[in-house]
Amino acid sequence: MATAPVAAERPDTPEEAAELLRTLGEARRPVRIRGGGTKSGWAWDGEPVALEVVTGGLSRVVEHNEGDFTAILEAGLPLARARQVFAGAEQMLALDPPLGAADAATLGGVLATADSGPLRHRYGTMRDLCVGITVALSDGSLAKAGGKVIKNVAGYDLGKLFTGSFGTLGLVVSVAVRLHPLPDATATALGSGTDPAVLAGAVATLARLPLEADCLDVAWDAGGGRVLVRFGGAAAERQAGAVLDRLRAAGLDDVQSTADDEALWRAQRDGQRSLDGAVVKVAARPTDLATVLGAAREADATVVGRAALGLSWLALEGDDLPGRIEALRAALAPCPCTVLDAPEEVRPSIDPWPDADPGAVAVMRRVKERFDPARIFRPGSFVGGI
Amino acid sequence: MDGGLSATTATLTPFLLDELRRICGEEWVYTQEHELRTYESDGLLQYHALPAAAVLPGSAEQVQAVVRACAQESVPWVARGSGSGLSGGALPISEGVLIVVSRMKRILEIDKDNARVLVEPGVTNASVSAAVAPDFFYPPDPSSQIVCSIGGNVAENSGGAHCFKYGFTTNYVCGLEVVLPDGEMVMLGGEALDPPGYDLLGAFVGSEGTLGVATKAWLRVVPVPETVKTLVAFFDSTHAAGEAVGAIVTSGVVPGAIEMMDKLAIEASEKMANAGYPIGRGAALLVELDGAEDECEARFSEVVRICEECGSDDVRVARDEAERQLFWKTRKAAFPAMGRISPNYFVQDGVIPRTKLPEVLDRIDELAAEYDMKVANVFHAGDGNLHPLVCYDGAVEGEAERAEELSGKILEACLEAGGSITGEHGVGVDKRKYMPKMFEEPDLDAFQKLRCAFDPAGLANPGKVMPTPRLCGEVPGPYRRHPLEVAGLAERF
Repeated sequence: MATAPVAAERPDTPEEAAELLRTLGEARRPVRIRGGGTKSGWAWDGEPVALEVVTGGLSRVVEHNEGDFTAILEAGLPLARARQVFAGAEQMLALDPPLGAADAATLGGVLATADSGPLRHRYGTMRDLCVGITVALSDGSLAKAGGKVIKNVAGYDLGKLFTGSFGTLGLVVSVAVRLHPLPDATATALGSGTDPAVLAGAVATLARLPLEADCLDVAWDAGGGRVLVRFGGAAAERQAGAVLDRLRAAGLDDVQSTADDEALWRAQRDGQRSLDGAVVKVAARPTDLATVLGAAREADATVVGRAALGLSWLALEGDDLPGRIEALRAALAPCPCTVLDAPEEVRPSIDPWPDADPGAVAVMRRVKERFDPARIFRPGSFVGGI
Repeated sequence: MDGGLSATTATLTPFLLDELRRICGEEWVYTQEHELRTYESDGLLQYHALPAAAVLPGSAEQVQAVVRACAQESVPWVARGSGSGLSGGALPISEGVLIVVSRMKRILEIDKDNARVLVEPGVTNASVSAAVAPDFFYPPDPSSQIVCSIGGNVAENSGGAHCFKYGFTTNYVCGLEVVLPDGEMVMLGGEALDPPGYDLLGAFVGSEGTLGVATKAWLRVVPVPETVKTLVAFFDSTHAAGEAVGAIVTSGVVPGAIEMMDKLAIEASEKMANAGYPIGRGAALLVELDGAEDECEARFSEVVRICEECGSDDVRVARDEAERQLFWKTRKAAFPAMGRISPNYFVQDGVIPRTKLPEVLDRIDELAAEYDMKVANVFHAGDGNLHPLVCYDGAVEGEAERAEELSGKILEACLEAGGSITGEHGVGVDKRKYMPKMFEEPDLDAFQKLRCAFDPAGLANPGKVMPTPRLCGEVPGPYRRHPLEVAGLAERF
C-alpha cells in the first residue's frame, strides 16, 4: 500500500543523490521521493516501491540574490523556512499552498505536486515562478535547465515539465525562483450569499475589473458561501474599501473589509486539505463556478476556489466517498476532477486521476520513457498509469 | 552566410510534391526560386536558405496532412509565422518543406467572461489585443507586435517591454492544438487551467518549432489597467540610471516597463523620433507604472523621487497619451535608428542578473574600445535583458566578422555574470554555438530527451537550438513493440 514503510536513503549533496539514483536505476529498484511528507498520500502508488529517497539532506538556501529578486533553493528546504529568509529582506516567494503538519511542506514537494494557494490568482504556481531547475535522473546524470535570471529563453523549459510531475520523471535537486516584494500591508473585502449564482455573479463582476488584487477566492460551506478579494501594498485598505459597493451591487450580504485578514486566508488554504475526508480539485472555466458550487451543495462538500481562475477544491467528509466522488465527476464532466486527499481505506476504489487527452497521454508516456527509461520513479502512480 | 542546415534524410520527391498540392491546393505550394525568395530568411537576414517547397495551408487539417506526408517520406520541415524572428529560428532547410501559417489568421472565439481568446497561429500579436479592446488586452508585446504571429510567439516564448511585470507568452497560453512531427494532432491544455498530466504545454511554448506546430491557441487576456503613468529621466551615466533601476525595484515598485538607453542610443533615436531628448546625456530611463489609480499615483511620486536622488536633474512626465506614445516611439526607434549612425549593426540579446549591470556595461565599453567599434545599448532594465547594438560597416573587409566576434564576447560577459545567451530572441540557428557555454553535456542530453519524446525521427526544425545535430536512439527498456506490431502487420505470441 502507498504509505507502507519502506527503507529510506537521505543523500546530502546533489552528487550523492545522482549517484544513488544511478545505482537504483541500474538495479531497476522503484523509488518514491519524499520531502516533508505532507502530501505523500496524493497520487497513490501504482506499483510497490522498494525505497524512499528523502530530500531532507538537500535543504540549503544556495543563493539569495536580494538585489536581483532571485534565489536558488535546494528541494528539501521547507517553504516556511525559505519564507523567513526572504521576509528578512522584505521579499517573498509568491507561493502560499497549505504547508501541512508542522509546516513541513518543501519546495520540492510543492513543485512536484504543483500545489498553490490564494496568491496563485496574481502570481501563478511554481510553473510561473521557477526560472531554473536541476534534476537528478535515473541514469545518474545531474541536468539543469533555465538559469537564475528572470528572463531567459535558452534551451527547453524543463522546470515546467517537472512542475506537477509528482516525482515520476526524476528527483528535483534544486530550483531557482523569482521573488517579489513582500507587501507591507494587506486588506480584504468580502461578502456572503446563499445562492451559487449570486456568488458567481459577484466573482464575474470583479474578474472583469482592473483591480490588481493579490487574491480572489470563493468559499462554500453548508448552504452558504462568500467571495473574498485581497489587496497588498500601501493602498491596500483603500483598494479593499473601493470594491465594497461592487460587492453590494452584486447582491452579496454582510459586505465588509478588514486589514486584519490573515485568519480569513488561512481558512482558504486549510480548505484545500482534509485530514480524514477527501479533496477533489476541479479544473473548470471561471464561468462554471455556479455549476461547481451547485454540485458541491448536492454532494454535501465544502469548497474553496481561485474564483477567477476556475479552480476549486471540494472537500467531502463522511460515508461513501467513492460513490459521492463518482457522482461529482459525473455532474461536472467534462471538467477534470483530480482526487488529492483520500482516506487510505478508500483509495483502492478511487482513481485519483481524471481522463486526459489520449494523444497527450501518448506523448507523456514517451516523455516518461525518455527521462526515466529504467522506470524507477513511482511507476504506475501517474496519469494514464505512467 | 547560409545556416549550414542541410538534412541528411530524403529529398522532396515528385510524389510528395503532388501530395502537398493535393492537400493545400496548387496555388498554395511554391517551388519556383522567385516565389521562395520571400521565405529565405526570417528577421535575421544574414542567414538565408531556400526550402525545396513552401506551403501555405489554410487549416489545421491541412497542416496535419502536410506534416503527415512529410513524416511518411522522412522529409524535414520548418514552421514559419510572420518571419520576424531574430535568431534564424524559421530559416528553411534546403531539402525540406517550409510550412507557412500566415493564411491561418482567424480569431475563432472571444470569451471575455472567461478572459480567453481562441486564435489560429497566423493571427498577429497586436490583433489579439485589438480583438478584446477596450476593456481587455493581451500582455506579451514584442516590439514587432504589429506583424509577428501568435504561432511565432508560442515558438519563441516572446516577451516584450512589459514582461517584467506581466510575464511572457508562456504565462498567457493555456491551451494549444498541436500537430506532432508524426502527424498526430493533440490538445495540450485548453480553455481551463491545470490539465491532468505533465505540463507539455509549458514544455512546448518556447521550444522554437522543434516539438511540433501549433494550429490553434487558447490565450488568456487581462483587464486593461485603470491608469498608466510614464516618465523619462535623463542621467549623466548608465551607472547612475542603473542605480535608479535598482532603487526602484528594491523599493517594492513593480513597474509595467522600465527601459534604458545609453548615450549612443539616445543620439540615434532622437535623430529619428525628434522627441527633444538631450543629445550627449549618458542615459535615459523610461519608467511606466500601470494599475489601480491610487496605488499608481503613490508609487509614481516615489519613482520620481528615486530618479532625482540618483542624480537625474531632468525628469519628464508624460502629460497625455500623445506624449507617452512619443516616449515609446523614441525607445522603439532605437533599433531602426542605428541605421542613421552606422551602415550596419548586429542586435545582441543577452541577459544578466540586474545588479551586475554596471560591471557588464564596463566590460562592454572595454570590448568596444578593444575592437575599436561602437556599441549602443538599449535594455529592458527591470529584467536585465540587454540589447547591445554592435555598429559596423559591412563594406569594410572583415568588419562584419569582427563585429560578430565582439557580439559573441558580449554574450560571454553575460554568462560570466550569471546570465543567459538569450532573453527573448531565441537560440535558433544563430546561437547554437553558444549553447555549450551555458549548458553542460548532461543538460543538453536532458533537452534531447524531451525533443526525442516529441520528435523521434528528428523532422521538426532540425539543426536549430542544439549545438550539434543529434539522433534519437531507441529507448532502452524491457519491452517495446516492434514497428511491424505497431503497424498491425505482425503480432508477438
